[in-house]
Amino acid sequence: MSKLNLIIKREFLAKVKNKSFIVMTFLSPLLMVGMGALVYFLMKKNDEKIKQIAYVDESTLFSKDDFKDSKTVKYLDLTSLGLEETKKKVEAGEYYGALFIPKKDSLELLANQVEFYSKESPGLTVMNTIEGKLERKLQNLKLTSFGIDFQKIKASKIGVDVKMYNFSGEKSSKLINGIKIAVGALAGYLLMMFVIVYGSSVMRSVIEEKTSRIIEVIVSSVKPFQLMLGKIIGNASAGLLQFLIWGVIIFIVSTVATSVMGLDVNDVQSSSLSAEQLEMAKQQVSGGKMQTLLQEIFKLPLLKLFLLFIFYFLGGYMLYSSLFAAIGAAVDNETDTQQFMLPIMLPLILGVYVGFATVINDPHGPISVAFSHIPLTSPIVMLMRVPFGVAWSELLISMALLLFTFTFMVWFAAKIYRVGILMYGKKPTYKDLYKWIKYNG
Amino acid sequence: MSNLLEIKGVTKKYGDYTALNNVTLSIPKGSVYGLLGPNGAGKTSLIRIINQITMPDKGEVILDGEHLAPKHIADIGYLPEERGLYKSMKVGEQALYLAQLKGLEKEEAKKRLKYWFEKFDVFSWWNKKIEELSKGMAQKVQFIVTVMHQPKLLIFDEPFSGFDPINAQLIAKEILQLRDEGATIIFSTHRMESVEELCDEIALIDKSNKILEGNLKDIKRQYKSNVFQVGVKSENDESLLKELTSKFEVRPADFTLLADELTCNVKLKSGESPNELLSYLSSRGIVNHFVEVIPNANDIFIQAVKQNS
Repeated sequence: MSKLNLIIKREFLAKVKNKSFIVMTFLSPLLMVGMGALVYFLMKKNDEKIKQIAYVDESTLFSKDDFKDSKTVKYLDLTSLGLEETKKKVEAGEYYGALFIPKKDSLELLANQVEFYSKESPGLTVMNTIEGKLERKLQNLKLTSFGIDFQKIKASKIGVDVKMYNFSGEKSSKLINGIKIAVGALAGYLLMMFVIVYGSSVMRSVIEEKTSRIIEVIVSSVKPFQLMLGKIIGNASAGLLQFLIWGVIIFIVSTVATSVMGLDVNDVQSSSLSAEQLEMAKQQVSGGKMQTLLQEIFKLPLLKLFLLFIFYFLGGYMLYSSLFAAIGAAVDNETDTQQFMLPIMLPLILGVYVGFATVINDPHGPISVAFSHIPLTSPIVMLMRVPFGVAWSELLISMALLLFTFTFMVWFAAKIYRVGILMYGKKPTYKDLYKWIKYNG
Repeated sequence: MSNLLEIKGVTKKYGDYTALNNVTLSIPKGSVYGLLGPNGAGKTSLIRIINQITMPDKGEVILDGEHLAPKHIADIGYLPEERGLYKSMKVGEQALYLAQLKGLEKEEAKKRLKYWFEKFDVFSWWNKKIEELSKGMAQKVQFIVTVMHQPKLLIFDEPFSGFDPINAQLIAKEILQLRDEGATIIFSTHRMESVEELCDEIALIDKSNKILEGNLKDIKRQYKSNVFQVGVKSENDESLLKELTSKFEVRPADFTLLADELTCNVKLKSGESPNELLSYLSSRGIVNHFVEVIPNANDIFIQAVKQNS
């Protein structure tokens, strides 16, 4: 077996046999599913709690029809009781809140004079619903006063759904855009997490070799470069194994959970989308079109997505973990790593922010394009853009840049690593690091 | 006797600091070669060059007639001064891993490890983690790991540190046995009594330069100064001392004897034979102590370093 293989195997086993790895691997999916179940349970509980709102309408403009009960909010007409009595009842906890509509001379005046009393400050959704109801009624009254038949206006409303196409013939829809955002965001986020967790694990492993002083024995048998590469690959393999196990566990547990608890799979899946997409997806799915969703997913270039995911995932990980290895070599203990960590974390975090801020709104805008070419952010930003379809020419430039940069970075990190692992004592400055890079032999 | 290792004009600089300045050493095959020098003299730099951890700026290293190359890693065993093992790895696994890194096949490594673990009576540790062992136990494991691939050249940097006297004796015995079996050993230490005990050849490095090299006995001969310790029982010590001082160069004694007698050091001038002194002394009293002062490694070390500064 070659020495590199030996090192990879050792690093992999050292990581995998570690108790915390085993605990994390099997506990965190359970925790995640558990948290999801808890949130779902609480939301359900929340929905089950019916809020009773009493209204006192002195304007006599409103009727029970304007306050239709919803699943979670019920309205009661307590105009006959008067505002003071109603408020007392609310204070006593009989009702969630009291809505007071005074009598005013004009609709405009009334619009700003409506009052709402409640023991605890009401949620945003409740207030939005109430305001919406009032607004609609007042607008209708206004229209009627202008002599316009609002029934006709209602009848004139037409919903528009623009079918979107691009020139490679792909048909797209808002639903699939939602899916693309979800896929891209998940990939980018996963990459960031992976880099941080396994990159710092490479760093700790280097520091451990330094502090236990075995490093000198090892480097008298293998080249420091081999050791660094073996470490990076070994840790990555452990990480990929962990992801694989997570995937399997989450799949099994959620399958079991859905069948046992009778959860609606569609609900759970679409909850990762934004509220707007959720609405959209629900509309389409509830229209008996679960198959549409699947069809849309299969319309994505899945193989291309998968291959690019692997490339950027590995490229990004190699780039960053070699830097983590260099930091580990430069210092004697973990507390000294802080000053060198910032320059590494910054582009990672920037990548995720740029991804979420710009790619979602404008996947082919100048900022998204620029950051998907800069090698330190490209793995994250490009992964987010890929589902929206990126031209091959752009992809090739970005991939070439990443390939070049990570090769350079591994070489660069190896220089620091080689000198750093044998240096003890003084915490190095950036100037020292520069000297190590220049140093030959 | 041919040389296993030749270091020719090796210079190594770290920035402005010169760690080794044109150092040339010849290490004979089958010898225990003491590499001595004060702290910071350049010993570790030299050892790292031999191990190919770093490269010399100038000069060359020849191992067994060939220029030092990556394939020679398997021919060298190195026990560094600052030593350690993976703390959370099991003893057996770790030893196997390190043996394989030195180029041994797994099965062969297992066989040899079994031999050594039984020899040192540590087989029961196989499945223990290093962090569960005492420091001395871990040192034993590390010694085994260093020698088990049967390298031509063994480099021990302070091998006895961390061992109790009994285990130190065990290790010293092993080192000599390895030499007798044909290995060449470079032995770097500050403990001069172990140099006396083990080394055939020594080299002294001070301030990046080699200041002394050769066979330990030859060097001692070179450094001895014709001084004899004398102990004589006579009737009148005072008059004897007076007489002695008029004939020879006499110095106060730097030793003590059991009986109450005249003791002193006598330095002979070139051309004066010890026999002359002895026959003179025996004519004046009973000579019960007559020893030539032979400088020990410690004296040579201190004297050479002082002269160099």
